[in-house]
Amino acid sequence: MHIEPIPHSAELTEERGVGNSVELRLVFPCTQANVRRALASIMAGLGAMRLSEDDSSTVELVLAEVLNNVTEHAYRDAGPGMIELHLKQGDAGLSCQVIDNGGGMPLNTPPQGSLPNPNRPLEMQPEGGFGWFLIRQLTSDLTYMRCSSSNILSFRIAVGQSVSRTVC
Amino acid sequence: MQLDTAHYDEFMVVSVLEDRLDAAIALDFKDAMRDLTCEAPPRVILDLSKVRFLDSSGLGAVIGAMKQLGATRKLELAGLNTAVEKVFRLTRMDSIFVIHSSLASALATRGPATAGQAHAY
Repeated sequence: MHIEPIPHSAELTEERGVGNSVELRLVFPCTQANVRRALASIMAGLGAMRLSEDDSSTVELVLAEVLNNVTEHAYRDAGPGMIELHLKQGDAGLSCQVIDNGGGMPLNTPPQGSLPNPNRPLEMQPEGGFGWFLIRQLTSDLTYMRCSSSNILSFRIAVGQSVSRTVC
Repeated sequence: MQLDTAHYDEFMVVSVLEDRLDAAIALDFKDAMRDLTCEAPPRVILDLSKVRFLDSSGLGAVIGAMKQLGATRKLELAGLNTAVEKVFRLTRMDSIFVIHSSLASALATRGPATAGQAHAY
C-alpha cells in the first residue's frame, strides 16, 4: 500500500504492523488545509482495515475534530505548528495518539463536551462546542498528558473488530 | 464555496455543491448563506445531498445559517447522507430542524422552480 505524501508535510511514513494490522504515522504542519489533506491520506491508508461506511465516517469525524482542535486552540496564539499522529489497528479498534507542541488544555484537562439543550429557543443555541462532545461520544480510553511543552492525547475508536482480516 | 439557489413561490432551495462542509469552509458558508438568504421567503430548504462529510464546525455553520434567518423564517434540511445525519443525531440537533429525506420529498407537493442560479464564493 502506498500513501501519497501530504503537500508541505515534513514527514509521512506508513508501515504495516505485526499480523497484517494497519499502522500509520503522519507528521505535518497543522493548518486547516493540511487537516483536509491529512484526513484524505488517513482514510486512504486505513483502507486495508475494510471498515464499514459507518465506522469509516466515525474515524474521519473523530480525527477531524481532534485535528481541528489543535489547529484552532493549541496553535491559536503561536501560529501553525507541527502535529504528529499515530494510528494503530488493534483487536479493540483503532488506537490513536496525537502529539502537538501548542498551548496546553485549560486546567490540564480535555473539555467534557456537554451537549446544549436542544429544547432551548433557537436564538440561544450555540454554534460551537460540539467537537469535544463528539470526541467523547465516539472514543474510549481517552487520556491527555502535558509533557514538557507537548500535548499528548491518546484514545481508541472502537471500529472494525467484527471485520475479518484478510491477507492482501 | 459552491452553492446553487432555486427560487419557488413560497420557498427557496440552497444546494451545497461541496463534498465537505468542514472547518475549512464553515465561515465562508455562513457568510454566503447570509448573503443568499437576506431576502428569502419564510422557508429555506438546504439541500445537503452532495455533502459527504460534516464536522462540528460545519454543524455550527448550519445552525448559524438558521439563526441568521431570524424568528419569522425557517431553515429546513434535505438529503442528509449517513455520515452527515449521524452528526445531527448524536448532537441532538436533528430536533431543531425539519429534516426531509430528500430534496424530491421536500418538493413533492410543489411546482417547478422559476429560476436557478449558481453562485461562486
